[in-house]
Amino acid sequence: MIKIEDVHFTYPNGVEALSGVNLEVQDGEFLAIMGQNGAGKTTLVKHINGLLKPIRGTVVVDDLETTKVSVATLARKVGFVFQNPDHQLFSETVEEEVSFALRNFGFNEAAVNERVNWALNLLDLAEYRKVSPFMLSGGERKRVALASVLAWDPKIVILDEPTIGQDNQQKERLRQFILQLNNLGKTVIIVTHDIEFVAECKPRVVLMSQGKIIAQGAAEKILTDPDLVSQASVVLPQITQLFVSLRNEGFPTEVIDVNEAAEILLERISDSR
Amino acid sequence: MSMFDGFKFRSVSSTIHKMDPRAKFIYVCVLFCVAVMFSQLIPLLILFIVQTPLIFIARVQKEWLRSMKGSAMFAIVIFLMNILSLYFYGSYESLSVIVERALALTLRFMVLIESFSVFFLTTSPDLLGLALEQSRVPYELCFAFTTAVRFVPVLAEEAQTIMDAQKARGLELEGGNFVKKIRNYIPILIPLIVNAIRRSLELAETMESRAWGATQNRTNLYVLKMGRKDLYLVLFSFAILAVSVYVITYIQIPNVTHLLRI
Repeated sequence: MIKIEDVHFTYPNGVEALSGVNLEVQDGEFLAIMGQNGAGKTTLVKHINGLLKPIRGTVVVDDLETTKVSVATLARKVGFVFQNPDHQLFSETVEEEVSFALRNFGFNEAAVNERVNWALNLLDLAEYRKVSPFMLSGGERKRVALASVLAWDPKIVILDEPTIGQDNQQKERLRQFILQLNNLGKTVIIVTHDIEFVAECKPRVVLMSQGKIIAQGAAEKILTDPDLVSQASVVLPQITQLFVSLRNEGFPTEVIDVNEAAEILLERISDSR
Repeated sequence: MSMFDGFKFRSVSSTIHKMDPRAKFIYVCVLFCVAVMFSQLIPLLILFIVQTPLIFIARVQKEWLRSMKGSAMFAIVIFLMNILSLYFYGSYESLSVIVERALALTLRFMVLIESFSVFFLTTSPDLLGLALEQSRVPYELCFAFTTAVRFVPVLAEEAQTIMDAQKARGLELEGGNFVKKIRNYIPILIPLIVNAIRRSLELAETMESRAWGATQNRTNLYVLKMGRKDLYLVLFSFAILAVSVYVITYIQIPNVTHLLRI
């Protein structure tokens, strides 16, 4: 469980990024953190694996207070996939890249082999095993970065802007994959601007603005509230926009799912016939 | 890294900021030569003190202090190394002379940091490029130089992100012996270099698509002109140089240790 209590954080250049954030994340939960640029989303999640330490307040991950343990200790529990895979890829082959963290954590050779195979198969990268990560396409590099984190099987997985630079097909695969991870019992936290992606995943949504959490709750509730969403400089999902503009015709506005929308519309059509 | 804060341009409006970069460059060169000429405590102390008014005139004392604090670590290393090497390999009469000499060499380092600070804190990279251009350095080289300076903060920020990303994968940068420590930095250097190369290729493409180098004879909106204040700085610099040459040839500089004994 992650417990964030009254966390304040100011960067050395004087920018106050978090001012009094409280958040609790249960084991096995799926959470999306949204908000405009500079709202403090990435700063907040960097507190969970201890890359940043709060100036005031506490962050506790599985009974470990982040100020009292090293990033490496926390990293064993918290896998963090950075936005840009090019900020971490450095090995000669995909296989070595994926085994980097395992060796850092002191896994033995047999375990390293087993975990690398597992992660490569999970992300459909087995054929690139001996290829240089620098020769791969953007989407593939992103998958290598993901595999290199999932390889050590962390309990909590944090993905910073996972959908940036991904085509639709990749996004859909990513969505399936995230849901699969969540079904395996992992806590998944994504930081994103991509409201359509969140609308399709339906996680618990945390909305941030100016270093504070301004709302949290089920995706259907948060993403369909025009006032809240505009406070965080996010645009309503397209399906919701449609239903909000049909509000006067007696349609519900809390719709974010395409299938649900289709059902409501079909019902109305058959009624009017 | 705070040592480098003293080398980052800080935009304040001051007399020193408005000076011709060429004049300031002459000043830095002179100070560099003079600091290297002397290895006694007294002249280096004078050089250090003579420069401090410039920092206050330029209103960059906060940054300067930070760079002094940042370089303290290096200064201590230089001091200790000198004490050790002078003690074991030098032939000096007493420990106090050795300490004085080590102090002087450390102070030389601080004088260099100080003068470079004054230069870089008060000279914008654009002006520096302009100065190079008007000293007939080919434009391609000037551009490469200003671009390199311009991208230093970007690279520093990127290095921090890369360090975070690798730490998140269990890399521990501290600890281990010297060789291990260097090896620890490979996962940081490779992405940094690869990204820098990639960025430079992208920059070249975007520049070419905006017609870089289309005209042969470039003109500039601003033209640098040496004013009276600039001339004073140049004269001041040469005065320091002349006095130093005179002192080093004709005057025997006493040790503080000897003076105190009298």
